[in-house]
Amino acid sequence: MIKTNFDFEQIPETDWCPGCGNFSILKVLKETLDELNIDPKKLVISAGIGQAAKTSQYINTNCFNGLHGRALSVACGMKASNPELIVVAEGGDGDMYGEGGNHFIHTIRRNVDIVNIVHNNMVYGLTLGQASPTSQKGSKTSLQLDGVFLEPFNPIAVAISLGASFVARAFSGDMKKLKEILKEAVNHKGYALIDVFHPCVSFNKINTFKWFKNNTYYVEESFDNTDKIAAIKKAFETDKFPLGIIYKNGKKKTFSENLNAYKNDKSPLFKRETDLKKVEKLFLSI
Amino acid sequence: MKNKLSIVLSGEAGQGIRTVELLTIRAFKDSGYNVFSTTELMSRVRGGNNTTEIRFSGKKMQAYVDKIDILIILSKNAIFRIENRISKDTLVIGQNSFIEEKYKNGQYKIINLDLSSLAKEAGGIIYSNIIIYGFISGIFNIDLNLIKEHIAKHFSTKGNEIIDNNIKAVTKGYTKGKDLKLNIQIEKDDKIKSQVLLSGTESIGIGALAAGCNFITAYPMSPSTGVIHFLAKHADDFGIVVEQAEDEISAINMIQGAWYAGARAMTTTSGGGFALMEEGISNAAITETPIVIHLAQRPGPSTGLPTKTEQGDLNLALYAGHGEFPRIIFAPGNFEDGIFLTQKAFNLADKYQVPVIILTDQFYIDSYQNIKSIDFSNFNIENHFVETDKDYKRYKLTKDGISPRGIPFHGKGFVRFDSHEHDEGGFITEDPDLRQKMMDKRLGKLNSYFKESIDAEIIGSQNYKTLIVGWGSTYGVIKEAIENINDDDFAFAYFKQIYPLPNNTKEILSKAKKLILIENNATAQFGQLIKRDTGMEFANNILKYNGMPFSVEEITEKIKALK
Repeated sequence: MIKTNFDFEQIPETDWCPGCGNFSILKVLKETLDELNIDPKKLVISAGIGQAAKTSQYINTNCFNGLHGRALSVACGMKASNPELIVVAEGGDGDMYGEGGNHFIHTIRRNVDIVNIVHNNMVYGLTLGQASPTSQKGSKTSLQLDGVFLEPFNPIAVAISLGASFVARAFSGDMKKLKEILKEAVNHKGYALIDVFHPCVSFNKINTFKWFKNNTYYVEESFDNTDKIAAIKKAFETDKFPLGIIYKNGKKKTFSENLNAYKNDKSPLFKRETDLKKVEKLFLSI
Repeated sequence: MKNKLSIVLSGEAGQGIRTVELLTIRAFKDSGYNVFSTTELMSRVRGGNNTTEIRFSGKKMQAYVDKIDILIILSKNAIFRIENRISKDTLVIGQNSFIEEKYKNGQYKIINLDLSSLAKEAGGIIYSNIIIYGFISGIFNIDLNLIKEHIAKHFSTKGNEIIDNNIKAVTKGYTKGKDLKLNIQIEKDDKIKSQVLLSGTESIGIGALAAGCNFITAYPMSPSTGVIHFLAKHADDFGIVVEQAEDEISAINMIQGAWYAGARAMTTTSGGGFALMEEGISNAAITETPIVIHLAQRPGPSTGLPTKTEQGDLNLALYAGHGEFPRIIFAPGNFEDGIFLTQKAFNLADKYQVPVIILTDQFYIDSYQNIKSIDFSNFNIENHFVETDKDYKRYKLTKDGISPRGIPFHGKGFVRFDSHEHDEGGFITEDPDLRQKMMDKRLGKLNSYFKESIDAEIIGSQNYKTLIVGWGSTYGVIKEAIENINDDDFAFAYFKQIYPLPNNTKEILSKAKKLILIENNATAQFGQLIKRDTGMEFANNILKYNGMPFSVEEITEKIKALK
């Protein structure tokens, strides 16, 4: 195993089941960041709660492992306070699309310059097997005994329609491609969603490694991922789910670029000083 | 010569009463009067009946009075809601057609002000409120040049034509007012002219700026929203990140990301929004992320009375969040304290790494008054974050429980915050011994705070027999009532630090033979807290929970009745 700058000296014991897709995602994430020569001190992982969010525990860098569903809000606060940081918000489908659904919508609208990695296994792992927002119709679970009848959440279509500047889907079973896509996501200026299909060996007996392999394909090389309408069409394909970068727009202004706080001063907030004389002047002029 | 006077403007939403209020109090303050104003709104954008009370006096005051000296009517149906506040001494001014017949039986002094005709002459109904402003200024013989200056300033962005038209309108009203020759004399003091006129909202905003606040996010909710509006207005000048959050949950989490990365961040909300933040407050507690929350109370439960006032959320602030952890709660009663405590809140949140909550309410937030200027060079912006070394441990166990707080990409170490129970390095642990150590560490963090804790203030005689206890926004009304009663047996204990209870709580309460508790809520929440933490009980409670603030008359009478 290659040791990266993001590995601990002692490899921590993980809470994941043998064969879990999370292992591949973690490995690829560390290698990607390393290959991009990212300084681990400059990186922050903002994570919520769930088996996927535990990734933050197994990577040697800065992290804020906060509440279930809230990683995107925390990430937004970080990036807006110090645009020099490289911020990765990481979690599972329940974390990001369920509990954190509202933040998912509005973080995209803000175009916060972060990478949002969503481990999408179409099921809840940590709470032992209930349906997730992306569970396919008919999936029987310990709670949806007769099968899920809700329409599955389509993160790709939602993200594109909200104006996300980078939308991709990958599969943990193809680490080479996952790395390629992740590299582009990290290099992208603006919000980048990477929804990663991966099997849950304990609770999802339908959407297995084999199922994902048989039910996905990579978008054609000729596919123009800067064409929003073409992208949205792709997003609605479900016979076989398209993988790759579905949509990309590098020209959009980021959240920090739009903030007044950085109009005259690009430095992170913690390096600035408040002029109390100026506050006094304002007070006297109220 | 009178020492105080109250004017009430009564009309519909959308008639520009707020403009009259703001212009009038500014003109009176600039002429040397102490001013105070408070608005009672209905929750609507147009119609209904809104009233604004403006008081001015030679003495400083900050309270609502029932008694109306001058009532100005701006629409029909503008009297019935305040009928019981007018008497034969009240001067009722308004257009004849606005005043219902039943009030014209000779028991009230009515002056007909033909506002419609005056407005028509001035160019249209839109000038009505400016005419009223001129009219009030005319009655009290305010310098007309000053009025004109204020008009020019108020409409400075609207162009010369609009300024000229409004100057004509204000002069029309002014002449009418002056012609009445009412000759009402109120004490004044030239020193007041240079004082600062501000709102409760602005006191919190100025305090935040003086604390180096450079990040605010909030979901709009009355009456708390003014604070983010204020900071948005000055975002360019002071380099503040201002973001309207999609919900309060986002806001409370966003400010934690901000503090984590080195910002000094706050959010502002009201009861319902604060309730949504509870999970986030608990998260700040275990991750030891500093946070500052401004909670402007309004009557609940649920939507309650969105535009009215109450002190009903003390328990909410006190018990918010799952799990056990320390916090600090302030409740300013006057605007000097609003600035001072908000400024301090940021330093304390940073130093002790605990949530600090500033508790105000609609009455405090929406009222205006003049205060003396403050020396801002006395404020310190204390940054407590450190540059990390290679072996940095975020939750290092220290003697006082406070672990130096690093921020990412500032030093050689990694900064790992965790919402799970964690070890010193910030990694998940389930070790029972370590759990207990971390709990003790967090719960003990405020032990050293008691050295800088803020005492309750005694107002009135130090040799009191009866002590009246109040907190936050009831400060002004209790103070004025005590002054009215003018009896050395009485004093008022003003609590501005609500939690932890001030060091002198037990001592000042024990000294009294009789204790009276005054709270703008139904269940005496502060009394419950005092009982919980000191064992002392109040035999006499004066409580109000109809959505209105206490009036000076009401408090004065109720205290007298308990003599």
